[in-house]
Amino acid sequence: MEFLQATGSAFTNGMAYLGSLATLAGRAAYFTFIGPFQGKPLRLQSALGQAMETGVRALPILSLITFFIGLILALQAAYELKQFGAINYVATAVAVSMTRELGPLITAVIVIGRSGSAFAAELGTMKVTEEIDALETMAIHPVSFLVAPKFMAMVLMLPCLTIWGNFMGILGGSLFGVLQADFTFLRYITSSLDSLFLRDVMTGLVKSLMFGITITAVGCHEGLSTGGGAEQVGRSTTRAVVVSIFLVIIVDLVFTLLFYFLGEQ
Amino acid sequence: MRKHREPVEEEKLPDGPMISLRDLRVSYDGREILHGINFDVQRGETLVILGGSGSGKSTLLRTLVGLEIPSSGEVWIRGKNFVEISNMERDEIRKKLGMSFQGGALFGSMTVGENVALPLLEHTKLEQPTVEIMVRLKLDQVGLSGFEDFLPSQLSGGMKKRAAVARALAMDPEILFFDEPSAGLDPIIAAGIDQLILELKKAFHMTIIVVTHELASAFLIADRMVLINKGDLVASGTAEEMRNSKHPRVRQFLDRVPEPAVAQELDYLQMLTEPSSKAGEGRQGKSR
Repeated sequence: MEFLQATGSAFTNGMAYLGSLATLAGRAAYFTFIGPFQGKPLRLQSALGQAMETGVRALPILSLITFFIGLILALQAAYELKQFGAINYVATAVAVSMTRELGPLITAVIVIGRSGSAFAAELGTMKVTEEIDALETMAIHPVSFLVAPKFMAMVLMLPCLTIWGNFMGILGGSLFGVLQADFTFLRYITSSLDSLFLRDVMTGLVKSLMFGITITAVGCHEGLSTGGGAEQVGRSTTRAVVVSIFLVIIVDLVFTLLFYFLGEQ
Repeated sequence: MRKHREPVEEEKLPDGPMISLRDLRVSYDGREILHGINFDVQRGETLVILGGSGSGKSTLLRTLVGLEIPSSGEVWIRGKNFVEISNMERDEIRKKLGMSFQGGALFGSMTVGENVALPLLEHTKLEQPTVEIMVRLKLDQVGLSGFEDFLPSQLSGGMKKRAAVARALAMDPEILFFDEPSAGLDPIIAAGIDQLILELKKAFHMTIIVVTHELASAFLIADRMVLINKGDLVASGTAEEMRNSKHPRVRQFLDRVPEPAVAQELDYLQMLTEPSSKAGEGRQGKSR
């Protein structure tokens, strides 16, 4: 009985949490897409700053990691493929798994580590030092002022980063292809591009868009619900990272299922 | 029900008090923190809200500026019930309020000048050069001329408070709220902040609400004082009336008589949330 009670209460808490994330994301979307038409300011400059921070500054680490992931994928695929004499399919294997799955996922994980945690820490500190309260007393909506620019930046930058990550992954795979599988660089790239359908890239990008919304909502929600004290800021940051990774995987699962049953596979 | 959005017309200030509280009650997690507070603040008056730690005075201030939602009762500000009006109307009233937070609450990533300019850029259509002049004027008023380009982290505690006051003054507010203006400051700097409050009052005839437990500061700046104890308003009056009050809690507060230590967590919670008359009866046997 107690177990049922605990399960029930965990379920309702989980649903309430998802509800508050959806509300926050909805309000951020409102201030991004609808608010400007109702005379509310669109904070482009702030969004550009965030885009620089979450997007452009993530490029070096993202490039390095996705390059290695591409290389690892090629090695793992070749291990199986060469048993069937099909090592020239390594380009296809790397391209498809990068664009459909690993590109968006690895990019999201890197962005969670860099930006999701930063959102929670920034807003959490602002909450603790009463800066969020100060905004409210000045009749400035914290979601419009703080969350919407982050939302805008993420929605724009995560798909862009994903495309870059996909490309770097394919490049990583090509290193193996050229050195070990008798590809020329050009043939590897052509072979990768030939194996991709637009829908492969699109499903990855749709996922990355949803990941962007999820990461922003969790990071900002955790930041805004920080209690008092520096310790709580640390806790919010940790929670933001853990919950974001978990929810990104869930979102990934939901959308992969959706695309599968929609006959996109 | 969703309130119909109408442009808020520039209304004439109603006669009568600037702020009125009617049976204001605030609860956290089912525990009542404020048990029916009533008082009025007249235009141009400086009201000091006194009270010990955990008395509910900060909650009262947060409710006055709309950061806490009362569980019941009314908060009338400039003739409008702050609790029931639409968000848009509340924002319009908030533009006429200034609040100086205990730690300053300046935005750490912005310079002092940008902090002061923020409300002006958000709520007015002033050109950048005009905003810059306004910022200089406001910083002048609080004695921080030339500090526009400093980051809050580069300022001392007293300067941060002054910068926070400059930001609160940016929109030329009619009501100014201070949360513990002299907390954490040495006596000289604290006296400077008191002086600043007095100057603002004299120069702009502002309505000022100050929450503090610093007695010297309270007696210097107050036209009227209220004492909050365990969520109840136990006494109110002019500085002179309070000084001569025979009310046991006022005497205890003014004469700095220590309270017996709290032994248990539950006792502490009860002490915070019980109405003081009841709590007084209940604990008389134990504590005295």
